[in-house]
Amino acid sequence: MLTHLTGNLDIWMLGFRNTVSLTVLSFIIAFVVAIPMGVARSHTGTLLSKIIYGYIYVVRGTPLLVQIFLIYYGFGQFHSELKDVGLWWFFREGYYCGLLALTLNSIAYQAEIVRGAVMAIPHSLEEAGASVSLSRMKIYRFIHIPIATARMMPALGNEFVLLLKASSLVSVISVEDVLGQARYLFSETLDLSVFYVAAINYLIIVLVAEAVMRRLEARNTWLAFK
Amino acid sequence: MEYPHKKENSDQIIVSVSSLNKWFGDLHVLKDIDLEVVKGERIVIAGPSGSGKSTLIRCINFLEKFQQGEIIVNGVTLTDDHKIIEEVRREVGMVFQGFNLFPHLTILENCTLGQVQGLKLDKEKAKQKAMHFLEKVNIPEQANKYPGQLSGGQQQRVAIARSLCMNPDVMLFDEPTSALDPEMVKEVLDIMVDLAKEGMTMLCVTHEMGFAKEVADRVIFMDKGQIVEQNEPVEFFNNPQHERTKLFLKQIL
Repeated sequence: MLTHLTGNLDIWMLGFRNTVSLTVLSFIIAFVVAIPMGVARSHTGTLLSKIIYGYIYVVRGTPLLVQIFLIYYGFGQFHSELKDVGLWWFFREGYYCGLLALTLNSIAYQAEIVRGAVMAIPHSLEEAGASVSLSRMKIYRFIHIPIATARMMPALGNEFVLLLKASSLVSVISVEDVLGQARYLFSETLDLSVFYVAAINYLIIVLVAEAVMRRLEARNTWLAFK
Repeated sequence: MEYPHKKENSDQIIVSVSSLNKWFGDLHVLKDIDLEVVKGERIVIAGPSGSGKSTLIRCINFLEKFQQGEIIVNGVTLTDDHKIIEEVRREVGMVFQGFNLFPHLTILENCTLGQVQGLKLDKEKAKQKAMHFLEKVNIPEQANKYPGQLSGGQQQRVAIARSLCMNPDVMLFDEPTSALDPEMVKEVLDIMVDLAKEGMTMLCVTHEMGFAKEVADRVIFMDKGQIVEQNEPVEFFNNPQHERTKLFLKQIL
């Protein structure tokens, strides 16, 4: 087992880098998009909220693997058109297609997390903000967002770990992530222990991610008193 | 305790409510309310639950919309223009039944947020003012704690300090002691009595009739969305005119 690691360190390093960058990038991009989407979704009854719900329904209701195939092979069918508009470089690469699929997927889940956190804030706090003469925007900025952010930390940490493990699916569209590299080494050596090495890679990332989340959660000391 | 019930200074009207009507859907919750509050006046509003007393004072700083009538606060006529609403809210402080402190901010930050973001005051000045009012409500030592660490009575005193920090011309109290354990009611009422004696204009929805007797200039009794009767406290308690008022006083005294 150790020889698989030490003999192919560069292969494993590339896989590790790709898995980390795919997960972290898609998570962060999705978070930025999910905030306004989740807030808009919390205003139930509006057309925008319904449209966003439609998106969430479709994304959560279909397997991520299907979404990955649709983006990678689906867009591949239009390669001449994509070349014309100058986007082929993006859809040609399994890595970018995987990044897009993971981001679109995570947006749906994170938007629901944001929505839940925003809707859990009692209306009475908005009134308190209004009574000290804060505008609607300031009530959002100084009351909703900090409280919601603190409350959704555990759910976001969970989503990150799920996304990390889901990212292994991109190995089927030729991305050289941890699992992709493990599958390559397995086909070379036919030794199952490469998958133990792959598993350890994911465990290390989770260990770091959990430590980061614990630190972020610890900053919100007020949560302990409620 | 002896205390003059009539303020000596001007008859400047600070809140004027005329022909106010409000519906929640089909429910007519405020019916033709007329009310004028003179600067420095202390008014207690009493009545059974569902009589519209909370809704009335919530209309004054536009936490509730109303369909008909007019409210003028310090010369500004309330409309649904948010600039006007914010201007009125700068002059009207509000203390809620459930305290409604911001749980993610320290006591001090609770008191400075409105000053810095609403009144655009300098941060240091805001802190000084916050400490001044926290001392006034007897909890300066809690300044760096979070609301969740305080008792109900302490939280309500912070809520009063938070409102005072905005330098309001009028204070609205919406059943400020109803959510408190009995032994904490006094510490909040004491602060309110002090405020009243300093000449703050106050409208209090409360069932604390002792408070009404001690400081109110006028007691208003509401039932089914209407002002049934109003009078100065001695007359109100000793000589109620309306049958509904007599029944109410019999039940709570």
